[in-house]
Amino acid sequence: MKQLWRFIVKEAMHILRDRRTLSVLLLMPLAQILIFGYVISTEIKDARIGVLDKAGDYASEGLRNRLAASGYFKVERIFVNEEEVAAALRSGAVQMAVVIGPGFGSASSDPDGSRVQLLADASEANTAQMLVNYAEGIVRDYEQELVGVQAKQAALVEVRMAYNPSLKGVFMSVPGIMAMILMLVSAMMTSISITREKEYGSMEILLVSPLKPWQIILGKVSPYVFLSFLNAASILAVGVGVFKVPMMGSWLLLALVNFLYILLALSLGIFISTVAPNQMVAMFISLFALMLPTILLSGFIYPIENMPVALQWFSKLMPPRYYIEAVKVLMFKGAGLGVVWKELLLMLAFLGAFLSLSVYNFKVRLE
Amino acid sequence: MDAAAQRAGGAAIRVEDLVKRFGSFTANDRLNFSVASGEIFGFLGANGAGKTTAIKILCGLSAPTSGRVEVAGYDVARYPEQVKRRIGYMSQHFSLYNDLTVYENIRLFGAIYGLSLSVIRERSDQLLRRLDLKEQRNRLLGTLSLGWKQKLAFSVAILHRPHIVFLDEPTSGVDPITRRQFWEQIYQAANEGITVFVTTHYLDEAEYCQRVSIMVEGRIAALDTPKALKEQGRSESMNEVFLKLTRPN
Repeated sequence: MKQLWRFIVKEAMHILRDRRTLSVLLLMPLAQILIFGYVISTEIKDARIGVLDKAGDYASEGLRNRLAASGYFKVERIFVNEEEVAAALRSGAVQMAVVIGPGFGSASSDPDGSRVQLLADASEANTAQMLVNYAEGIVRDYEQELVGVQAKQAALVEVRMAYNPSLKGVFMSVPGIMAMILMLVSAMMTSISITREKEYGSMEILLVSPLKPWQIILGKVSPYVFLSFLNAASILAVGVGVFKVPMMGSWLLLALVNFLYILLALSLGIFISTVAPNQMVAMFISLFALMLPTILLSGFIYPIENMPVALQWFSKLMPPRYYIEAVKVLMFKGAGLGVVWKELLLMLAFLGAFLSLSVYNFKVRLE
Repeated sequence: MDAAAQRAGGAAIRVEDLVKRFGSFTANDRLNFSVASGEIFGFLGANGAGKTTAIKILCGLSAPTSGRVEVAGYDVARYPEQVKRRIGYMSQHFSLYNDLTVYENIRLFGAIYGLSLSVIRERSDQLLRRLDLKEQRNRLLGTLSLGWKQKLAFSVAILHRPHIVFLDEPTSGVDPITRRQFWEQIYQAANEGITVFVTTHYLDEAEYCQRVSIMVEGRIAALDTPKALKEQGRSESMNEVFLKLTRPN
């Protein structure tokens, strides 16, 4: 026991003495969450639009005000003709143009509806789609108000965005960044630190010593468990404290989910270290085999439902996917063990698989 | 020396018909030798002759394909834990951890070998005094020169007073003066009863050994005292003996 403790202390000292890596490890999660929270926001706020008002009456004036008052749009330009619309879209002066047809006010009571055209700059496809959706909603609402109770056939759909009413992107970022950072710290850092001992030849010395292989591995990964927890806590603190990300579920269960995921990532790191001959290879495997799929295929940035079927299947093999899923339902919906047990079991299965693979590889190496 | 080693009749290492194959390649072909307790045994051979493979098997890092290996009185295949506690190991690549201080390195390896803190303190004071490194106790190891590191690494390898210490090319890359000091350390350890099993490419060092074996293509081509080997080979130096054996033409 004392041997193991001394060995853990030694590993902690390696980490503490490497000030530069340590500060990167501690600050990176904070930088990430701030960047994702403030910069890469998928919400629409003050989008630049222009209006070409061919009606020029009381009703169209009202629509203009309604668009501006929504907070989503900022009317940058008032166009006088179609050429100006095209030029402004091409130069990027506006992201969307709203063309209000000549008969807007009166035609809105016509059975075939009114004429409002939305022209969006779809070189930013996602943004364009969102702008159009938001504008459509506002136009529809306004129409209904104008027409009032007469048009009963409209107003059949009422939309409510549950669990994230203002569609804030940062909500999604918190579980995603945690998945990414924990994978990075746990898997990449441990695989590098274990292969370093191999590369320097110190692993031989340790294997010749009375330390058992499991003690060596446990000693090497323990400090990273602590570090990972620290990272998870700091991301959560900023998410909940600064960005007001909801936390509806149990903190204890959240800690359990995180602990399991950290163990899973560590087992992956151990597995990588049994395959990689040196630190460089370990880092590349971690980056390309872990980070990219974590970011791209786990549903963190791109919705899994939109992927080609083959990739959807592939994403089922991505352990972070289940972690993100569990953290999401736990935090936003307050789900309990009754809901997340499936994700927990799957992570446990991955953990077991990676550990057995590592042990197998290790034995093969020693023959 | 404990009871088990005494049962083995004073032999620190006993190797019988050791064979190690990797696929169709035979790295060790029926090795037979024994090393007496307290002996300084030189294990020589060209690169690729199978020395490292044999050392790995002796230390329990690798299992033999067939044959019997006894170290410190224990069968390595059956009691690797007993063997590990009784041996020390130092290789050419490794000189402790550079980002730990001199004392932290000593304390770490002392603890790994189950020494109590008071014993570690006592032996560390003693070895630092011997090496004249007392002032450097709290310096980071990385700031010491290679020669100092190797001397310290040897002292750490025998900190737990093993029966046998395995030295895999301990002096490669070290200057001649430090090499001489290193060999003084080896003699001192042997005087204290520690068996020394050493590989080297410096053939002048082979003369310092009590007995020397020379491996050629996985087999032991010669094994005797340096003096006897030179007489048998009608050679002036161990260098000549070595060249005649490894390159007969």
